[in-house]
Amino acid sequence: MHHFIDRRANPKGKSIGNRQRFLRRARENIKERVDRSVRDKSIQDGSADQASGEKVTIPAKGLKEPRFFHDSKGGHRRHVLPGNKDFVVGDQIKRPPAGGSEGGKKGSDDGDGSDEFSFTLTREEYLEILFDGLELPDLVEKQTVETETIGTRRAGLTTAGTPNNLNLVRTMRNSLGRRIALQRPSKSTQMALEAQIEELEEIDPRNPAQEEMLAELKRKLEGLIRKRKVVGYIDPLDLRFDTYVPEKIRNSRAVVFCLMDVSGSMQEREKDLAKRFFLLLHLFLTRCYEHMEIVFVRHTHHAQEVDEDTFFYARETGGTIVSTALEKMKEIIDERYPPDEWNIYGAQASDGENFGNDSARCKTLLLEELLPVCQFYAYMEIVEEAADHLLLNPEAGEDLWQNFREVQSQAPHFEMQRVAFASHIYPIFREFFMPKARGGVNAG
Amino acid sequence: MLDKNGAPDLLFNGPEWTFELLEKARDAIEDIALNDLGLDVYPNQIEIISAEQMLDAYSCVGLPLMYNHWSFGKHFARDEALYRTGRQGLAYEIVINSNPCISYNMEENTMAMQTLVMAHAAFGHNHFFKNNYLFQQWTDADGIQDYLAFAKNYIAACEERYGWDAVEEILDAAHALQNQGVFRYGRPPKPTAAELEAMQRVRDGHASAQTLLDIWTDSTLGKEKREVSRDEPYSSRRKSMNMPQENILYFLEKHSPVLESWQCEILRIVRMLAQYFYPQKQTKVMNEGCATFVHYYIINKLYEQGRITQGALMEMVHSHTNVVLQPEFDDPRFSGLNPYALGFAMMQDIQRICENPTEEDREWFPDFAGDPDWRKVMRNAWANYRDESFIQQFLSPHLIRKFKLFTLTDDATQPNMVVSQIHNRTGYKTIRRDLAKQYDLAYIEPDIQVTDADLKGDRELKLTHTVREGIHLQDEDKEHVLLHLRRLWGYGVSMDAVELDVSS
Repeated sequence: MHHFIDRRANPKGKSIGNRQRFLRRARENIKERVDRSVRDKSIQDGSADQASGEKVTIPAKGLKEPRFFHDSKGGHRRHVLPGNKDFVVGDQIKRPPAGGSEGGKKGSDDGDGSDEFSFTLTREEYLEILFDGLELPDLVEKQTVETETIGTRRAGLTTAGTPNNLNLVRTMRNSLGRRIALQRPSKSTQMALEAQIEELEEIDPRNPAQEEMLAELKRKLEGLIRKRKVVGYIDPLDLRFDTYVPEKIRNSRAVVFCLMDVSGSMQEREKDLAKRFFLLLHLFLTRCYEHMEIVFVRHTHHAQEVDEDTFFYARETGGTIVSTALEKMKEIIDERYPPDEWNIYGAQASDGENFGNDSARCKTLLLEELLPVCQFYAYMEIVEEAADHLLLNPEAGEDLWQNFREVQSQAPHFEMQRVAFASHIYPIFREFFMPKARGGVNAG
Repeated sequence: MLDKNGAPDLLFNGPEWTFELLEKARDAIEDIALNDLGLDVYPNQIEIISAEQMLDAYSCVGLPLMYNHWSFGKHFARDEALYRTGRQGLAYEIVINSNPCISYNMEENTMAMQTLVMAHAAFGHNHFFKNNYLFQQWTDADGIQDYLAFAKNYIAACEERYGWDAVEEILDAAHALQNQGVFRYGRPPKPTAAELEAMQRVRDGHASAQTLLDIWTDSTLGKEKREVSRDEPYSSRRKSMNMPQENILYFLEKHSPVLESWQCEILRIVRMLAQYFYPQKQTKVMNEGCATFVHYYIINKLYEQGRITQGALMEMVHSHTNVVLQPEFDDPRFSGLNPYALGFAMMQDIQRICENPTEEDREWFPDFAGDPDWRKVMRNAWANYRDESFIQQFLSPHLIRKFKLFTLTDDATQPNMVVSQIHNRTGYKTIRRDLAKQYDLAYIEPDIQVTDADLKGDRELKLTHTVREGIHLQDEDKEHVLLHLRRLWGYGVSMDAVELDVSS
């Protein structure tokens, strides 16, 4: 017979199979849009909406579901419509502009009417496509180091304290309550009374009734003034002070330094890869820190802090001295990001060239100055797509690479990787996001 | 059953629903539906689902089980986007023509809405499904669940065996032709004994060493030896291949020279489902009209009996009013005639004609004007008509005036459209006929038939599109569908357009 079934607890995602097939079908288009979105979008703005997923719009072409149906134009048709107001038989009406007639509705029934199709990719789907089908680990299981500082925390109210901690609102609220409860006469009542007395005093001569009234009023005023004096406007009882207790706070602020060589050898492709590299680090970190800042430092033979646009798209000529960027980073840290308040991350992209013996200096700078204050530092060397001898052999490489290899052997929170394709990027971070205890203890 | 001699008591008071309250309300509704309106329904299976599950159900054309296909994923993505941005609400319910009759109610509904929805779906639609001749003759309410389970498993098995791409290719092509996968006039042929047996074995979960696919391969291979051979003249080809054939999917399944048996089975699944939905497409106005009339009658009865509060009634009526809103043609919200509005108005009109006929009604509807049993008249209408014939038989001049219907003639050879009929004495009949035609699927959908295929000769598949009133096919889509058709047929495909001069 009749019965009810509660299906709400059934597993969700009944249509996941369909979605997989849909994404697979539209993969080429989606990938193109995602790639473009990386190019067009700013890292900083981008990550905000990626928290909930990435909206993509793809051409509906490959997603068409064609059917045989009647054209909306031509021929002889009759439409029956409701709501005639003043038409009589024989009235002529202009055709609505193309596309708006009844017949057209049929064609767009299945949503194919427009040329574009918009939908939202989940964050995981977006990353999966962005980094070319790499297998992302379970993102929940990552660890980030957070520094601790001693701060103070509000801990309610007390009745004693220093004046600078006086909580005015609470104090005045108490005062008002007390004044109402004790019926303290207000200033305006007093003034009204005084005015009345003055009025009476001006009458000369006064009749006995007026005299009596004047005396009465004066008595009243006296009582009133006494009461106002006894019941103070603010009483020590009313006072409330904020109190604070010292507390260890976990720092949830982080800053990412993006360092990039922008000399002539860095072309469109190199910059595009670098952008993904920075984006990935930023994406992961925004998940674990409340507040995130990003600093762009570009360098040729000298380094500059720039905004994101300039960083990726402006051209600069000059030689290549990597250590300038590291020095700049150190300088900015000293200036604005004290390591006991900020979690510092470094990400550096370069094509591996460096001037003369500057590489040794980079090594020293990293080991002595930067790595002790950084949570993690990643270096990415962008090589030619055909450079197999470099990709396959981590031992080969120029001066900079060799020096960084030495850094890596000494500092566990330094990672380096050669990259020729987008799919090479993720492994740099793999170690980092593995759930394990790591080095990189913060100074301070 | 509720006790009738006791004092009437409220079914519920307040917005929250519980399963106990739902059951109480269901019993009260059932009492009115069966004993007052005299409805005849399948047992109900009412399922409570969440919004997300409702979206799932949406994307799978409302069926509880459906095979996987990317187009459903696309619809889901679109519906989800529309829903999340607030541009489209979700239905309060979905009801499925099956035995037992499954209806999905949203958990977000208030108790008053759940009551309304039960009256609408679990009794209104349910009665219609069980009694309307189209559903009785063309769909198998008892078997649809099993068939869907079979279809889902079969297609999943094919994907595993032949790969996603191969299956997707066939499904894409079959979907493109699904509107041409129904028998409009003749009855569909029964499944063969072997197919029935195979289905039965699947249903029983027959644990044999054979895979699901083997069962089907065995049961469908060998049987269907393609009837080619000999130097047949056209007339005998016609006979042996059942040409002209309007059901293109059926034709391909039986005669395509290139399809393998599993591919034919997929075509069969698509056309079976298309056939299952065909009666629903033909009875939108009646089906919704029936359900809306039933819920409206029931909630008012419940209120008269003192079983729902005035507040609950107001909430239901508010929702009811939204559903039956009919914007006028020049309103920006206008998007054609609302089947709920037209259906509901016609049902109420039938009741009115039975109870308070005017002279005009007696003239137009001598059969039932003043009939003392309007319930019987109504049940008869629900059972024996589809939209087109229902409008043709039951649309009264009174309603034409109420809706202020008029006919707009759009002739491509003329510079302007012309108002050809309005709601006056001379217009009623024509408007009624034009409106009925607007709901005639045989007229709305293109008439395309397979007219020749010489398997011995050039093997070209010849289709004929009968063009009525100069209305041709949309070109771009036509070319795409023909590409799919070519894939399924394996050889050349051509389509002729033949103008048919029907002057009405």
